[in-house]
Amino acid sequence: MTVGNGRLALLFHAAFIAFILAPLIVVGLVAFTPEAYLSIPTTRWSLRWFVAIWNSDFIPAFWISLYVGCASATIALLVSVPAAIATARHQFPGRDALVAYFLSPLMVPHVVLGVALLRFMAEVGLTANIFGLIMGHVIVIMPFTLRLALAALTGMNRHCEWAAWSLGAPLSVVFRRVTLPMIMPGLAGGWLLAFIQSFDELTMTVFVASPGTTTLPVRMFQYITDNIDPMVASISTALMLLAVVMMAAMERVYGLERLLAGKGDN
Amino acid sequence: MSDRRILAPYALSAPATAVLTAFMAAPLVMVLMLSFNSFTMATGIRPGFTWANYAEVLGDSYFHTIFGRTFLLAAVVTAVSVLIGAPEAYIIHRMRPPWRSIFLLIVLGPLLVSVIVRTLGWAVLLGNRGMVNTLMMRLGLIERPAEFMYTFTGMAVALVHVLVPFMVLSVWASLRRLDPAVEAAGLSLGASQATVLRRIVLPQAMPGILSGSLIVFTLAASAFATPAIVGGRRLKVAAMAAYDEFLNSQNWPLGAAIVVVLLIAMVTIVLGYNRIVERRFHQVFQ
Repeated sequence: MTVGNGRLALLFHAAFIAFILAPLIVVGLVAFTPEAYLSIPTTRWSLRWFVAIWNSDFIPAFWISLYVGCASATIALLVSVPAAIATARHQFPGRDALVAYFLSPLMVPHVVLGVALLRFMAEVGLTANIFGLIMGHVIVIMPFTLRLALAALTGMNRHCEWAAWSLGAPLSVVFRRVTLPMIMPGLAGGWLLAFIQSFDELTMTVFVASPGTTTLPVRMFQYITDNIDPMVASISTALMLLAVVMMAAMERVYGLERLLAGKGDN
Repeated sequence: MSDRRILAPYALSAPATAVLTAFMAAPLVMVLMLSFNSFTMATGIRPGFTWANYAEVLGDSYFHTIFGRTFLLAAVVTAVSVLIGAPEAYIIHRMRPPWRSIFLLIVLGPLLVSVIVRTLGWAVLLGNRGMVNTLMMRLGLIERPAEFMYTFTGMAVALVHVLVPFMVLSVWASLRRLDPAVEAAGLSLGASQATVLRRIVLPQAMPGILSGSLIVFTLAASAFATPAIVGGRRLKVAAMAAYDEFLNSQNWPLGAAIVVVLLIAMVTIVLGYNRIVERRFHQVFQ
């Protein structure tokens, strides 16, 4: 097996990793500045900007994001699992078209989805309604929950199902006692990935954001376009720590590489 | 019984189909209809059928600049992502086990962080008194701060940072199927390192480069947050123009026409690209 890289390759690699990490590290450093302006702390470090978050309107925005993320990931999973069972376990006319339809949100840019959602909510009288926002997020994340549910269903050993069925278990029991536990890790991975997608979604949400539906990314975007101060850096740092924690969790549950391979939009 | 078996998959797919139809397909049709309505400041949106919005989007040089900038940015970002992402994927592919997963995690991890956070880093780095400028002035490379914020270069750099992980992932995935023994065989049969790269590694990486390019291009062409923060109002891209029409000018029909044109342009590019790729590279997908 040929492993190992030349010196030039490693130099390139170091530059690439520096490029990837530099902006994140800078944000992480600025977050601890004691000054009122953007600066990298050298001698004195301070948590004042983390404390400042607590009295800001980023906190309600965080709760809205959390709520929208949990609700939309759960709804997306609930509608995806039966759809995945249908397409993975049955052959029927129109199956391929249906799969293409389920994955089609991946092809529509989020800005288009945002415009569509805004128009839709205005037309049906849901303006500024959080339910409309949640359903918009469901659209964005459904391809991911569906894909992971499909992967789990096609990856499992079907002999277990057949064994249970041949021993007289009704289909509902087979699903609840055999299939569901076996695909659970995949579904959990799908839920988490969907939650992250929803939690980070900005482009679509920004179109429909109103005071009651301003999620954390939208609030941060509005804030940054006005001015950049160390507070957004400290919030960003908190979010990065959260991402690290979730990464560790996902690595445990599912294996990060497989999960990220299913991610396709920002 | 047989009826139930035939209908079961449709029944199981019904909830997902209903959700997609109600919250995506129907709204998209509404946007299409909206783009044919007219608008005046005094009366607001007026129902009716007019091509006026499309005439404005396709005929006005203001919009030509915006769409030209959008697709140029996407092309530059895609090209740079190929140039730096593909070699990096190969380098990671050649690493020994613990390092391979560690660096893959470092490269892909940022995908889990909001694009706002990643763009903020560039805003801090690229500002007039930002780190890049301070460093270059200390090194004596430049005398006055160079403009990065609100420039095309700044937008491209930040967007490459946001999107290059997709390229690395895509190329890395297709390199995974490369049997290292083939490379070793090439070398042992007397091929130079460069020949092995060109004749063995590159063809194997090609599907990943091609699909990665498509992902990066489409995401770059419809990007909103990064161009909005780094490019600002001065360097509008298509997504930003739509945002302004909807939320600032309140001219919804014109905004709808912008996104319809963007969508059609992107679908055309994607389909055309797939066609060319299938014709020219069909052997690499076998």
